[in-house]
Amino acid sequence: MGMEDVSGRPRMKPGTSRSPLGWARRNLFSGVGNTVLTLVSVYILWMVIPPLLDFTIFSAVWTGTTREACLVPDAGACWPFVWANIDQFIYGRYPPSEIWRVNIVFALGIATIVPMLIPAAPAKRFNLIFLLVVYPLIALVLLAGDRPGLPPVPTSEWGGLLVTLVVAVTGIVVSLPLGIVLALGRRSSMPAIRMLSIVFIEFWRGVPLITVLFMASVMLPLFLPEGLNPDNLLRCLVGVALFSSAYMAEVVRGGLQAIPAGQYEAARAVGLGYWQAMIGVVLPQALRHVIPGIVNTFIGLFKDTTLVLIVGIFDLLGQVRAQLSDPNWTVPQGALTGYIFAALVFWVFCFGMSQYSNFMERRLNTGHER
Amino acid sequence: MAKAGQGARRGNGLGFSWYNPRVRSVIYQAAVLGIVIGLVWFFVATAQQNLERLNISSGFGFLDTTAGFGIIQTLIPYTEQSSYGRAFLVGLLNTLVVAVIGIALSTLLGFVVGVARLSRNWLLANLAAAYVEIMRNIPLLLHLFFWYFVVLRPLPGPMQSLEPVPGVFLSNRGLILPEPVFDASALAFLSALILAIIGSVFLVRWSRKRQLATGQLFPAWRVSAALIVFLPALVWAIGGAPFHLEFATRGSFDYAGGMRLLPEFVALTLGLTLYTAAFIAEIVRAGIQSVSRGQTEAAAALGLKESTTLRLVVIPQALRLIVPPLTSQILNLTKNSSLAVAIAYPDLVAVFAGTVLNQTGQAIEVISITMAVYLTLSLLTSLAMNWYNARIALRER
Repeated sequence: MGMEDVSGRPRMKPGTSRSPLGWARRNLFSGVGNTVLTLVSVYILWMVIPPLLDFTIFSAVWTGTTREACLVPDAGACWPFVWANIDQFIYGRYPPSEIWRVNIVFALGIATIVPMLIPAAPAKRFNLIFLLVVYPLIALVLLAGDRPGLPPVPTSEWGGLLVTLVVAVTGIVVSLPLGIVLALGRRSSMPAIRMLSIVFIEFWRGVPLITVLFMASVMLPLFLPEGLNPDNLLRCLVGVALFSSAYMAEVVRGGLQAIPAGQYEAARAVGLGYWQAMIGVVLPQALRHVIPGIVNTFIGLFKDTTLVLIVGIFDLLGQVRAQLSDPNWTVPQGALTGYIFAALVFWVFCFGMSQYSNFMERRLNTGHER
Repeated sequence: MAKAGQGARRGNGLGFSWYNPRVRSVIYQAAVLGIVIGLVWFFVATAQQNLERLNISSGFGFLDTTAGFGIIQTLIPYTEQSSYGRAFLVGLLNTLVVAVIGIALSTLLGFVVGVARLSRNWLLANLAAAYVEIMRNIPLLLHLFFWYFVVLRPLPGPMQSLEPVPGVFLSNRGLILPEPVFDASALAFLSALILAIIGSVFLVRWSRKRQLATGQLFPAWRVSAALIVFLPALVWAIGGAPFHLEFATRGSFDYAGGMRLLPEFVALTLGLTLYTAAFIAEIVRAGIQSVSRGQTEAAAALGLKESTTLRLVVIPQALRLIVPPLTSQILNLTKNSSLAVAIAYPDLVAVFAGTVLNQTGQAIEVISITMAVYLTLSLLTSLAMNWYNARIALRER
């Protein structure tokens, strides 16, 4: 807004004031049209914010241990319902005596992912290998058990946030390498491999995830030999992984396209083979370009995990729905309370990731423009 | 030595060598194809064994069998005596109707919110931003559960139904709207409308040709708009209204007359629209922002009016960036309409991959047909998008 004076503050047009009133006049009431827009916005806010605050905070029931606490007239959200079921929401029906195993997996996951996300943290390559190979194995052994000292916990007892994270993390861990291979295949000079990659990618991108999950839970058993009967969660994980790797392949392909052909040609010219050139020269640049795209794919995958409840697996949302039918907690406002809680959890995860994606995008852009 | 190398590069088949890239490429491809074919063969053989063992007959004969179940929303005649094939059609139409309405509404809302985000009004811009950030970061399924289980299902019965606008009822039976019934003059009205539209197409073409030839402007758009409004209005005035509204009446248990939108349909449409609109808003914002200020300034320097600048400079360039991702959002909405199964709206997946699959047990056939439908829809959309992209692509000289 104009030039800067000696103090370094932008100089305003004469006659405009820096007071809140002046700000409001410039930004909210600068003309008839603008004033109408402001009034419409205020009306929308007035319709949404007070009832929402009233329900979630002012009229909400905060304490209590049974449903009777929430049966007061005109009560808002029934938070005791959430407090009482918080273990189910996080761990599902995982045996309480074994919950420490899940907690270790969570803690280890945070300890692995956080340094991965901080650009300045060292040993990215080692970190990535740990995240993609070692961590899933440790998590599998700890969660499924059936080892000395670790009694087995069948996946039918897993649930809540645990299942949401298992599905999402498995999806990303499998889809990243598979997506890279598919993206390379789609840009390959060998016609047969290119065709196969295109058919694979376009097939999975063309069908809804629900049909994939139906296929995994109803159709897949027919294609497997008798006796080989993986449990429902594993079958869905396979479906989710294949589905998301097709999307990942398209993201990676975008990154590959952004790298000039000269990079690959130069790598070949100094004597590197195809894979050496790809792994050592092209992919590190291409993947760095598409980190925001990868994070966005992950956000989509994270939200899509809710669909597993349709084939009878209790993710966070499914677990909330399951607890809602608990006769000990049937209160009129229970459904809304549970959904607001679930929405808040998903929102925090997804919004956090999208902010990270924005941050990386800005960082990458400045790196290029200098 | 040099000769052999050249021959290998030309790939004339002479000199088999592991170091010949052509030979290696053929071997790789043969190996991959072999593995894929082997896997497919293995799965098909296993499936055949399993089907024999479980005594499931394969084939599409079941499509002619009587379905024996009812569907709560049918756009074509359907009874419990109809066949499974008919049920498939009913489900497909239900998917298409929710997709088409959802696409129209979410594109409209998405453009409004996207433009609002760029508004100079601070409050409106932030309200739009909050809308986008809240809506797109909550799973669609949660949106649907909210509208269906929290808002629409607990509504009172027909007796106590809400009446937000006279003649419009909202209850646990759904949204009841007045039904437009066409009268005798509807045909004349429709012909007048079509005639006016055809006339204006020719008018616009003629005016453009004349402008190119002589430089003279003709207000073709305004004249066309007038034509499209006045010609049907004239018919209306002479022949009477083409339709009248038949209002629903409230009974003690149900409504009589009117047009009924099921709560499942309303919840699905609302959820899909509000969710997808957030993504479309972001696409629209990015598209408009991508048109550099220099373009607008250059247009102003040439003396173009603000509205002309918008129509001839900003919108065409913004659309080039908006349309491809918009198409993929439209496709996403169509695929996401399959979440209908979670709130029991009878779409293709709920009717066919749900009820029909459970009754017949023909898992392979039913899932394949369902997937083929969605694949066809998305391939058709991609084809249309490629055609459009090629048409509007930047022509570099």
